[in-house]
Amino acid sequence: MTAPQAIERIDAYPTRRIAGFPVRAGRPLPFGATPVPGGVNFSVYSNNATGMTLVLYRAGEPEPMAELPFPDAFVIGGVYAMTVYDLDAEGIEYGYRAQGPFDPERGHRFDPTVVVADPYARLMSDARTGPRRSRVALDDFDWEDDRPLRLPHEDLVIYELHARGFTRDPSSGVAAPGTYAGLVEKIPYLRELGVNCVELLPVFEFDENDNPRSHPVTGEPLANYWGYNTVGYFAPKASYASTGRYGMQADEFKNLVKQLHRAGIEVILDVVFNHTAEGNEYGPTISFKGLDNATYYMLTPDGHYYNFSGTGNTLNCNNPVVRGFVLDCLRYWASEFHIDGFRFDLAAILGRGPDGALLANPPLLETLAYDPVLRDCKLIAEAWDAAGLYQVGSFPNYCRWSEWNGRYRDTVRRFVKGDTGVTGDLATRMVGSPDMYAQRGTSATVNFVLCHDGFTLNDLVSYNGKHNEVNGEDNRDGDNNNQSWNCGVEGPTDDPEVLALRARQMRNVFMILLASQGVPMILAGDEVGRTQQGNNNAYCHDGPLTWFDWRLVERNADLLRFVRRAIAFRQAHPVLRRGPASEVSWHGVRAWTADWSEHCRLIAGMFGTGADDCVYVAANSHWEGHLLELPEPPQGTAWHLFADTAAPPPFDAREPGEEPVLPDQSHVEVGPRAVVVLVAHSQAEQRDNGKEE
Amino acid sequence: MAFKAKMQIEDGTATIRLEGELDGRSAPELNDLVVKAAEQHVDRLVLLLEELTYMSSAGIRCLVFAHQKMPEDAEIILVGTRPDVAETIRLTGFDRSIVMRETLEA
Repeated sequence: MTAPQAIERIDAYPTRRIAGFPVRAGRPLPFGATPVPGGVNFSVYSNNATGMTLVLYRAGEPEPMAELPFPDAFVIGGVYAMTVYDLDAEGIEYGYRAQGPFDPERGHRFDPTVVVADPYARLMSDARTGPRRSRVALDDFDWEDDRPLRLPHEDLVIYELHARGFTRDPSSGVAAPGTYAGLVEKIPYLRELGVNCVELLPVFEFDENDNPRSHPVTGEPLANYWGYNTVGYFAPKASYASTGRYGMQADEFKNLVKQLHRAGIEVILDVVFNHTAEGNEYGPTISFKGLDNATYYMLTPDGHYYNFSGTGNTLNCNNPVVRGFVLDCLRYWASEFHIDGFRFDLAAILGRGPDGALLANPPLLETLAYDPVLRDCKLIAEAWDAAGLYQVGSFPNYCRWSEWNGRYRDTVRRFVKGDTGVTGDLATRMVGSPDMYAQRGTSATVNFVLCHDGFTLNDLVSYNGKHNEVNGEDNRDGDNNNQSWNCGVEGPTDDPEVLALRARQMRNVFMILLASQGVPMILAGDEVGRTQQGNNNAYCHDGPLTWFDWRLVERNADLLRFVRRAIAFRQAHPVLRRGPASEVSWHGVRAWTADWSEHCRLIAGMFGTGADDCVYVAANSHWEGHLLELPEPPQGTAWHLFADTAAPPPFDAREPGEEPVLPDQSHVEVGPRAVVVLVAHSQAEQRDNGKEE
Repeated sequence: MAFKAKMQIEDGTATIRLEGELDGRSAPELNDLVVKAAEQHVDRLVLLLEELTYMSSAGIRCLVFAHQKMPEDAEIILVGTRPDVAETIRLTGFDRSIVMRETLEA
């Protein structure tokens, strides 16, 4: 008996011809260009357009090969949908002309002379090699058995890096510098460092050339290097792919995710839904502005752009259509690219309503928190915006969202530079900021001291002030409140004492960060002392100033080894990663007696109460050393010395598990501006260590 | 150059010689041959690519398709792949499921 022949679908056949192409009415969902049997389904939304035309190009050619107006019969609601047959999906590019009123006072900016990009374009052509166009993506990548890793959030050590800058420098030695493929070659470095999550600066398509400024000395045009100016939310950045010229950027990026997952490393994307690259009324028309300006952007009653982002426009995130767009986008990246989480740039904006007012229960944030596809994705908010809304500790979280903890950053910086009056606050930050996140546990706080936006760690200990002259804004740009200290000399020096102090200060920052409860985030390159020559706002430099200099791996091997060991130590001790804060006791020069007074620059915490896992951390920002009386280690254990940032390398930190026993079990010396970390090991282990020695 | 694909099956090896441009239009033809080879339960699929002048992303996807269609322990060997095509295969990670060789004997 043979199986019955499947009935052939009639909807795989065209019903009419437009501009020479066989077509039929398309399916409204999904939006975007989707390959279907025999053709490509194009679907685009505009609530206010009066007509729409699909514009097709042969890849790379300046003039269209055809323009296909959507007949009325192909419109459902506000959605224009058409299936076009006999198309070589790989060989075409496309865009739309949207007809409608140009009436800015009512929010409409239709301009049919402009071919706009599809907001749902899954690929975009590389703007460096021709005009920017939407392209059709094939989505049958061979993932094998890959899936998101679902590491417990509180166990992450996040490494924030720029997908291009990490390997763009010739010193990287990779075959394809500055690309996803180049980053694959550096996975062994990340593994050895011990991080288990990379957070990539924006990789959605953006235009790196959209900076109008030029270098004040050389006159060369400045770049948009960081990429916080999205053009295509569904399209992986073409110029970060060595194979972008073949339209293979999605495959190359997927391979990066797959290889990182194989190495046990999660991938978080830095996403920018607060604004777009279209600017204000003077900015370019790229897609949203020409398709449906009044829907996508927050507008004043007279049609001007609200600017909570500081970049000209603000995406109207709590409009139901735009909410759907954001959700579609994140679901796409989670399912199609196996992304493990997202960090939302200026996320406070996502809690604003269409008129800019703060919403009590922002539907977008709630939707993302409860979405079934995103259930296992980490959601991290940069909980402030450029209009002064600061929600660190108060971001609507639905027990799902975590936050970049700006207070952690400021407190650790102030403590390390020697400010008084911050020990109490440091203690609170080191136990996961329970004043802000007690209900949610330590995964709610992403602790960081440095990130792409601001000084590098090396510069934090080398400069009192920012030095942004090469940005072409007379050093007016960038944050003035850096809480930095140059250790006595502004900028580069060969004074060995200053250099030694800076090296120690860098270790202090790393040790405090990696011994704090909450999720630590490290800025790529800080582990080898990367410098931006005092520039704290290097968004516009795509060059050696911002690229990872791989020669530093050897030059600053001491610091790198220290950081590796500190990360490994953190991973070996769950008390540093999880709460509750009540299992931490506080000490000072005398055990069980912390000094919370204004003048005090010393704090010691004992994490854990039992013999299974107990760590003592003493941080001293005083310029003099102190002899500290130690609390008794848990019964049956003895104190062992893991780290002393005042000790010369390689004795500044040990391999976890190989810490020598502390000779005097009742006291420990903490040097000037130093951090000491002890760990309680059982007496048996102590004897074993003794034998080996 | 027009696309041509010819297959020979012998001793458990399917050998397909490709000529011309392998892209979205010609890829289904190669996929059909891969299906036929898989039906014959061959344990080796050899693609002779010296005469293949261009391979698009759809072409590279044929390799993935073959990898999934063939038995798990079957070998897929690409012979004489032109350098730029080979580079694309490598950068996108598809080289991990296939073997690339200069010549058939190597």
